[in-house]
Amino acid sequence: MKPVLELKNIKVNFDTLDGNVAAVKNANIVVKAGETIAIVGESGSGKSQLMMGAMGLLAANGKAEGEALFGDQNLIGMSKDQLNAIRGEKITMIFQEPMTSLDPLYTIGNQLIEPIRRHTNLDRSAARECALEMLTLVKIKEPERRLRSYPHEMSGGQRQRVMIAMALANNPQLLIADEPTTALDVTVQAEILELMASLQKKMGMAMVFITHDLGIVKRIANRVYVMRKGEVVEEGDTTTVFAKPKHEYTKALLDAEPSGRKSPPSPKAPIILSGSNVRVTFNIGGGFMGSPAIQLKAVDGISLVLKQGQTIGIVGESGSGKSTLARALLRLLPAQGAINFEGRSITDFDKTQMRPLRKQAQIVFQDPFGSLSPRMTVGQIITEGLIVHEPAMTKAARDLRAIQALEEVQIDPTQRNRYPHEFSGGQRQRIAIARAIILKPKLIVLDEPTSALDRQVQKQIVDLLRDLQKANDLSYLFISHDLAVVRAMADFVIVMKDGAMVEQGSVEDIMDHPREQYTRNLMAAAFNG
Amino acid sequence: MLRYVFRRLLTAIPTLFLIITISFFLMHIAPGGPFNMERGIPPEIKANIERVFHLDEPVWMQYFRYLGNLAHGDLGPSYILINFSVAELFAQSLPVSIRIGSWAMLLSLVVGSAMGVLAALRHNKFIDFFIVTLATGGSTLPTFVTAPLIQLIFGLTLKWIWIGGWHDGELAAAIGPIVTLALPQLATVARLMRGSMIEALNAHHIRTARAMGLSDFSVVVKHAMRGALLPIVSYAGPAAAGLVTGSIIVETIFQIPGVGRAFIDGALNRDYTLVMGTVILIAVFTILFNFLSDLLYALVDPRVRYD
Repeated sequence: MKPVLELKNIKVNFDTLDGNVAAVKNANIVVKAGETIAIVGESGSGKSQLMMGAMGLLAANGKAEGEALFGDQNLIGMSKDQLNAIRGEKITMIFQEPMTSLDPLYTIGNQLIEPIRRHTNLDRSAARECALEMLTLVKIKEPERRLRSYPHEMSGGQRQRVMIAMALANNPQLLIADEPTTALDVTVQAEILELMASLQKKMGMAMVFITHDLGIVKRIANRVYVMRKGEVVEEGDTTTVFAKPKHEYTKALLDAEPSGRKSPPSPKAPIILSGSNVRVTFNIGGGFMGSPAIQLKAVDGISLVLKQGQTIGIVGESGSGKSTLARALLRLLPAQGAINFEGRSITDFDKTQMRPLRKQAQIVFQDPFGSLSPRMTVGQIITEGLIVHEPAMTKAARDLRAIQALEEVQIDPTQRNRYPHEFSGGQRQRIAIARAIILKPKLIVLDEPTSALDRQVQKQIVDLLRDLQKANDLSYLFISHDLAVVRAMADFVIVMKDGAMVEQGSVEDIMDHPREQYTRNLMAAAFNG
Repeated sequence: MLRYVFRRLLTAIPTLFLIITISFFLMHIAPGGPFNMERGIPPEIKANIERVFHLDEPVWMQYFRYLGNLAHGDLGPSYILINFSVAELFAQSLPVSIRIGSWAMLLSLVVGSAMGVLAALRHNKFIDFFIVTLATGGSTLPTFVTAPLIQLIFGLTLKWIWIGGWHDGELAAAIGPIVTLALPQLATVARLMRGSMIEALNAHHIRTARAMGLSDFSVVVKHAMRGALLPIVSYAGPAAAGLVTGSIIVETIFQIPGVGRAFIDGALNRDYTLVMGTVILIAVFTILFNFLSDLLYALVDPRVRYD
């Protein structure tokens, strides 16, 4: 079949303060009419910049070279006017960030109608009809009313549907989707993928799917290109590449799915933390002469028992109250209900009483870039807790502990005088873990510790956490929306939705034999590729 | 919305009350009084004058008397300019200050925004550096430097403008103070606009607009500039309040009979009622313009809705 888009010897370079950076070194990609291809790679592999370069959407300091043939026209080096006649009409794009990809200051209708009118001769009311039709097509409820809505009045999934409606309104020959589901919850992810697949069948356009998620590739793509460090290292039919990967890197990618299961702790293991009927309520609004505050139940009557050496996985979509529950259990938030730590009730402890216990219960956060102070060295960051909790310790002794902790998380201790920005995301998460374990805690709350990391790095962190647990008999509260990681890490799982517990049980029960419909949907969305 | 307006106006009352109270007592704590400096007044006559103006009463009594008069809209008589009430003085000086201030504000908003947008569109190019240099210079040069320079160049040398005086507000007299007042504001607006425009142009929804093949005009003006105006709106409210209530330095250097001049004369002469009147005037304008800029903000940004 005739190719819709043919990328030949594409190079993308960025002119930065550190000199010239090559994001794409040499990439050749062919998209045929009506087919779906996937470009897979980890962050920084150049997969997005390749398509951005072809579409003339690079940042001001970027430059693309090579040939991007659409029919017999080369998109690279084309004038802006010529390019604008193709972008938005014949080739369209949707992006990773549904929350920010729409203009917050204009209604959905306004934003849908503008490109339709730009590329067709339709008058305002005909364009509005077309926009309405598109919203119906992407299954937005009450499309008539939604035309007058602003983006902030819609959820991430709905906004991505609007983006798809916008992209398909002019009946393009090619849709480029740059990680369109990455920022969405798993169940929404599955819905959007299904929608895109069905629309492709209906409208017949070709699709380029840029993603790091191999599950999506397996589900949606006919052919796949694997990119690494700006180069295509492997290409072929999806089934062939998955069954018989040729390149080492592809093999490693396919192997990066977290595996293994954790066995439950012995029944005699002491209880570290227990909470019964924990509730957290937030007051929203209210104030001087204002309307009375609305009460939001963020956590609604959850009970759990965490034993020594146990990992409880708390899963649920964003906004389900997972993190709030964990914070409430550590008394970092005001909460109702009884909370016990090592057999003592800490429900009514004040700040001073809690302080000695803080050492026992540590937290590792999701964002390895934001959770380490950029103005402190790694050594200072990880020993800060020691200064608070063991003020009598000498500087030399602290340094020794820092070396031990860094060795435990497999960071070269000689690098402890460097600053966080000199480390990669995975290394920073190791540093965050070192900061927690240096205090020799009994319990660590892991709040989405691997969500911001690439699959391969994720696997290493999971292995590290498992080793640390075994060596120190640690208890984990593991919060995640990523069920594959939870399956590999936890021995007990609590499923949350809207602040309430949907289901709880051993990892086998929840993952393999879920009882509740919601859990089943979650599992189906996460695992059935 | 109406409810919000009502609430904002209602909260203005305690704010004003607090400002009036604090300034009243601060002013009376300061040593001296309106009739202390004039030598040669026989003590009997001075006592007489003070009795007429109730200055012989305890301060708290004077305070309540002042509040009572104020509640009737009476700002009192000027103690120094004997034949004038404070209200009459404002009737003369406020229009002058408002005229100069609003032109200065308009000038700085229009020219400043345009410069800021231009710099952002040519980010890190020559024009950008040029505008940034100009804007930095503009905001670091104090008005007591720029005003004499303008007088020297355009007044004394080129003889295009009056060096001082109001001359019934003719252009050649007003342009000097207007430009002097506008320069630092203009520089600040240009810098703010440049920053917010650079940010706006890098926003994800701008990438969407470009990917949809929209025209440069739509991308820049409709999608980037509207959002980039928001910081300007926040800034313009308090800035405008400051400008229209007169600048002490500029009005003194250019000999303009505005509120700023009245304020400094009043303060130096311990003209209690005039100083209080000016304080109230500035407070009212500040509250009003902040309120207006908040309303305008909600008009530009649909995510902000008051109820």
